[in-house]
Amino acid sequence: MPASHATMPDNHAAALAPATRAPRVRALLDGLGREWRRASWVVRLSVSCLLVFYFMAAASPFVAPYDPIRQYRELPDCPPMSLHLAPPAQWAHGFFYAYPMRMSDAAARIFTPDRTRKTYLRFFHHGHLFTTESPGEPYFIMGSDGLGRDLFSRIVYGARVSMCVGLIGVLISFSLGITVGAFSGYVGGLTDNLIMRWSEIEMSLPSFYFLLALAAVIPAGVSPVMTFFVIVAIMSFISWAGFARIIRGMAASVRSRPYVEAARALGASRARVIFLHVIPSVLGYAIVAATLSIPGFILGESALSLLGLGIQEPAASWGNLLAQAQDVQNLARYPWILIPGVFIFLTVMAFNFLGDHLRDRLDPGNLG
Amino acid sequence: MARFLLKRLLNMIPLIIGITFLSFLVMSLAPGNFLSNLKLNPAISPQVIRQMEAQFGLDQPLLVRYAKWLWQLLHLNLGISMSYRVNVASLIASRAFNTMVLAATSMVFAWAVAIPIGMVVAIRQNSIWDRVLSFLAFFGMSVPNFFLAFLMMYLALRSGWFPVGGTFSVYYQSLDEWGRIADRINHLILPAFVLGVAGMASLMRLMRSQILEIKNSEFVRTARAKGLPERVVIYKHVLRNALNPFVTLAGYGLADLLGGAALVEAVMNLQGLGLLLLDAVRSLDIYLVMGSVLMGTVLLLLGNLLADIALVMVDPRVDFSSLSAD
Repeated sequence: MPASHATMPDNHAAALAPATRAPRVRALLDGLGREWRRASWVVRLSVSCLLVFYFMAAASPFVAPYDPIRQYRELPDCPPMSLHLAPPAQWAHGFFYAYPMRMSDAAARIFTPDRTRKTYLRFFHHGHLFTTESPGEPYFIMGSDGLGRDLFSRIVYGARVSMCVGLIGVLISFSLGITVGAFSGYVGGLTDNLIMRWSEIEMSLPSFYFLLALAAVIPAGVSPVMTFFVIVAIMSFISWAGFARIIRGMAASVRSRPYVEAARALGASRARVIFLHVIPSVLGYAIVAATLSIPGFILGESALSLLGLGIQEPAASWGNLLAQAQDVQNLARYPWILIPGVFIFLTVMAFNFLGDHLRDRLDPGNLG
Repeated sequence: MARFLLKRLLNMIPLIIGITFLSFLVMSLAPGNFLSNLKLNPAISPQVIRQMEAQFGLDQPLLVRYAKWLWQLLHLNLGISMSYRVNVASLIASRAFNTMVLAATSMVFAWAVAIPIGMVVAIRQNSIWDRVLSFLAFFGMSVPNFFLAFLMMYLALRSGWFPVGGTFSVYYQSLDEWGRIADRINHLILPAFVLGVAGMASLMRLMRSQILEIKNSEFVRTARAKGLPERVVIYKHVLRNALNPFVTLAGYGLADLLGGAALVEAVMNLQGLGLLLLDAVRSLDIYLVMGSVLMGTVLLLLGNLLADIALVMVDPRVDFSSLSAD
């Protein structure tokens, strides 16, 4: 590993020149293809799962069949509707149909399908992946919530929060952790000492307690986007220190390696040594640790939103969709409100499998 | 030993001051305070509000309030909770017991299951059991504890085998001594399981990799070459060495347990520190929040300290001077 980072400065310049960009992209794609082929089916499944969820987040208006905040007042707490395959003669209308639901007992919220009529499901209709012929007669694939909103559409929009919180949080905490850790370890002395004392304070925080206290500070009237960023910032603030300490230890040991000394002897500046020699040598570990820390962010946001301290209604996040289940009556009668939890679980598991695989590939030593 | 302890305890002081100040700062950044809600209530006169403001010191600048709080802390006085109107210390003490029982039970449960399974799985590496259990461990590690809590509550609702949430039954007061204990244990099973699952899965994986690593080391080969029976090799040589990191983990895992317990308590409605803190945060009951954060911090630091001491006792290669070097 060290040998590749000891390349001379002009090699770096040549590698980054625009003329060679196309082959680099192709090489990258080839590399990714090779990685895909050597990964196990579990890892492939995990990556596919994550790609689907990110697509859901990126193209929410397309994937979601209905408006996530539209309330179907006559269909609150409606169970997931069953789907029927249409006989070939009716395929002109659509391949699948459902029976519209009607509330038969308003107090107990019991629904019965109206078998006299059929609502056909249309694909790529009105700019949605799938939706019913008329938006007034919805098909709830995962049921509806207490206000009659389509749970699946809310999950799709909630993916925006839950999928992004991990990426952005990791981006912030790791760029901070890597820079501070590498700087601290490389420079040493009093600066190092001060930074490490500060990180000790952050690491001794009872993090979930502190997270709760911090989340209470967010004023009530703030927009969901702003809340999102505040939550991400809070979690990054709590989590960067532990990472910085590990990077610092590694940077301190890298400092005396011959290739770093060679770079220094050639007159490289401190920033250049840190960014081009120290950080690349710890990058393998960093990528693994980053992947494995994404679930923590997702779970943190979900937990806060679940407790009502994170993303507020009517905006959706996988966490606040679960808040309804905190009422035992709801849990007993409408168990489908737990479906968002399945999405959280799948995401966390996919990141764990991916991280574990990356550790085998990138960081075979005992660093992690 | 004494020097090490003294140094570590002294080290805690700046940590505690830093953390409590940070929390104090955060709580005072919050818009409004505990009295904001009372002010909206027309039944409470402005004089009463002003009186309460003075009583709780909310009219003073931040640093003065913090210094006073710290001074009171030196007298072991954590102040008075605004919403409960009782001493914060006694309130926390009554709740902390429940949290500690929950954390300890789940930890014992996780260890009791994970260590034997990890051992068996490592000794029969690549067998079908190894594959199935290692895969299940990923499930256990990945399932969010609040989600598992919901699932278990749903199971309890459907089957009626367990009580659905709560610390004890409504008829708790009418039970005799043993009945009360049985009732509490009955309420503890599901939360302890929920909280223990994640730890169990990761401990199992760690145990497995530890044993695999040690199984091939030279002293194990020597032991076998000496003609020791396999049982002695496994229990005295492999297992003894594989357990070292677990001693450290026991202390450091406390932090995760406390955080996880807070969430499980909130979801399953258990009367513990976590739920107390959550209520306090929601109503901006500042001294109660400070007390809980302080309690959490102290537990965490003590856990780390105990873990280090235990490591020295278990592992003859580690001594106090090497621990305090960093």
